[in-house]
Amino acid sequence: MDLYEYQARDIFEAHGVPVLRGITATTPVEAKAAAAALGTGVVVVKAQVKTGGRGKAGGVKIAKSPEETAARAGDILGLDIKGHIVRTVMVTEGADIAEEYYFSLLLDRAERRYLAMCSKEGGMDIETLAEERPEALARIPVDPRVGIDHAKAAEIVAAARFTEPDATEIARVIQLLGTVYQKEDATLVEVNPLVKTGDGRIIALDAKVTLDENAEFRHPDHAALADASAEDPLEAAAKAKGLNYVKLDGSVGIIGNGAGLVMSTLDVVAYAGEDFPGSPKPANFLDIGGGASAEIMANGLEIIISDNQVKSVFVNVFGGITACDAVANGIVQAFELLAGRDEHIEVPLVVRLDGNNAELGRQILATANLPKLEQVETMDGAARRAAELAAS
Amino acid sequence: MVRPVGPPSWRRAEGRAGVAIFLNSDSRVIVQGMTGSEGRKHTQRMLASGTSVVGGVTPGKGGQVVEFERAGVRVFNTVGEAMAATGANVTVIFVPAKFTLSAVVEAIEAAIPLAVVITEGVPVKDTAEFFALSQASSTRLIGPNCPGLISPGQSNAGIIPADITKAGRIGLVSKSGTLTYQMMYELRDFGFSSAVGIGGDPIIGTTHIDALRAFEEDPETDAVVMIGEIGGDAEERAADYIAAQVTKPVVGYVAGFTAPEGKTMGHAGAIVSGSSGTAAAKKEALEAAGVRVGKTPSETAQLMREIMTSL
Repeated sequence: MDLYEYQARDIFEAHGVPVLRGITATTPVEAKAAAAALGTGVVVVKAQVKTGGRGKAGGVKIAKSPEETAARAGDILGLDIKGHIVRTVMVTEGADIAEEYYFSLLLDRAERRYLAMCSKEGGMDIETLAEERPEALARIPVDPRVGIDHAKAAEIVAAARFTEPDATEIARVIQLLGTVYQKEDATLVEVNPLVKTGDGRIIALDAKVTLDENAEFRHPDHAALADASAEDPLEAAAKAKGLNYVKLDGSVGIIGNGAGLVMSTLDVVAYAGEDFPGSPKPANFLDIGGGASAEIMANGLEIIISDNQVKSVFVNVFGGITACDAVANGIVQAFELLAGRDEHIEVPLVVRLDGNNAELGRQILATANLPKLEQVETMDGAARRAAELAAS
Repeated sequence: MVRPVGPPSWRRAEGRAGVAIFLNSDSRVIVQGMTGSEGRKHTQRMLASGTSVVGGVTPGKGGQVVEFERAGVRVFNTVGEAMAATGANVTVIFVPAKFTLSAVVEAIEAAIPLAVVITEGVPVKDTAEFFALSQASSTRLIGPNCPGLISPGQSNAGIIPADITKAGRIGLVSKSGTLTYQMMYELRDFGFSSAVGIGGDPIIGTTHIDALRAFEEDPETDAVVMIGEIGGDAEERAADYIAAQVTKPVVGYVAGFTAPEGKTMGHAGAIVSGSSGTAAAKKEALEAAGVRVGKTPSETAQLMREIMTSL
């Protein structure tokens, strides 16, 4: 889960990382009050969006009075930054920036450990720096069992060629950022820029944190950081039912068992769709997992048919641990459950069952003679039929 | 154990049971978390497919015996005790995510040669820690968040259904469970030496490359199917490895061409970040390494069928 800057800033502060005071606002009036409360004269109004490049997009502005703060907040609120609508701004103290640095700690998937990156040249896009001047970006591996201890922080600072009097303080801040990473189960902690002020203080001027959702069991406070308002309503409804669902833009609803098989199903439907008018595409990702009980099937179908872009549904199940007869019974019962909830499937449903007891499963569905349901034996063929039905 | 399909005896390594990779008929398996519902269910399935399950481990339940259809299996308090009493050399771990770190650490500290972590939802920090520990040990990790591995007719360590394929000479390595089953089923007439589900988490103990290296060295494997998906660059790295080190034919499949950027698609590691981790880049890298990549799972199976027929 990616956090907003203000949420990451709060976490930094809780771990002792030096940050500027900041107050969030969702209206110009609130922003004006925030500037007055900060009482620092100059403030910065920053769009809170989970994407980069907000400065270039006009999402960061300086204001010199509470009135001006209200005006700038008015400019920024409602902006569309790469598809993210700004609903909140953070008003922070102004800072006298002398120098801008860069620091991040992240999961290095390839090396299966952590990687710290640090540079004296912060503020700019780090991917550009890494490409154009790789020698200016120190890259230091970090052992997950140790994290950033005193010695590692000193190594990172030395590799980035910091010297005293700043090196010691920067190392101290980097060690604290390492603590944030470890203690909060983050997979990314990034500060761009980490600044030195005119009076020599080191401050995290920006804060980017990604948290590992698998670790929520030991961080009961993290669930509250999720932003329900920014979530797609169908995704939120699916999540509430414990379903693994991602909304997409197409018209062929997809249900399958297993993440890999469902991803593959989306691809196969998209290929098949190319041959039909309007090129129907998958409407969603929905993995109902290995069990595929009637209730999960019913919940899944319910979410999919409540997406009014959906014109056909493809149920793609490979019977491995759960045999196809059990899945077929689940589908039949799911229709009954939905009827009981006064929900009716009005779009055509294409079902492909393969694997263990596939014949028996197909027989069960054929006997049940469910309205709008047809069976196709192969995945490729069924994808084609579902795409065709969505096009017609 | 009798293998349904076996290679000519002269191809066998001397004095050993079927070679396969990582797992064979000599494997003696214990199950950490055997007394839980998932552990119990899958222990029964492993036993039914002929696996030597020699013990279970649940702290505090040592001395109990869990009854299965044909035999009882003893429970031990620790992995160390179970290994000492049974000669176990493989552990399959079903404990809940919150206890997985300590269960895997215990297995590594007991120096078990192979630890298969089935559990889904393990925090990546925990995986990073136990993976680092395993690097300094003799334990090979598979997973987490994986279906395990099977050498059909010999042993089955995990949750892969044993009855959808037979023993044969194709090797399979995959990030995805259901696509593994689908491929095993489509190619059931040829059969598999071993199929390894390595899991879809951001950090995994055994990679495509590890499995490719083992299949390349395995005299009972003639060709390899490699299944990847979006996220990370494991497939690109595997492509480099194939180009440099693998002489056996490899067929590939990659899932997730239509996945949007920034969305996790079911598996914790299946995410396209910016321009990295895309299916298109993985396919391109594999093809550049001479791997034939199927457009759909069925087409991929068909490519392997052509290779096996021509060998």
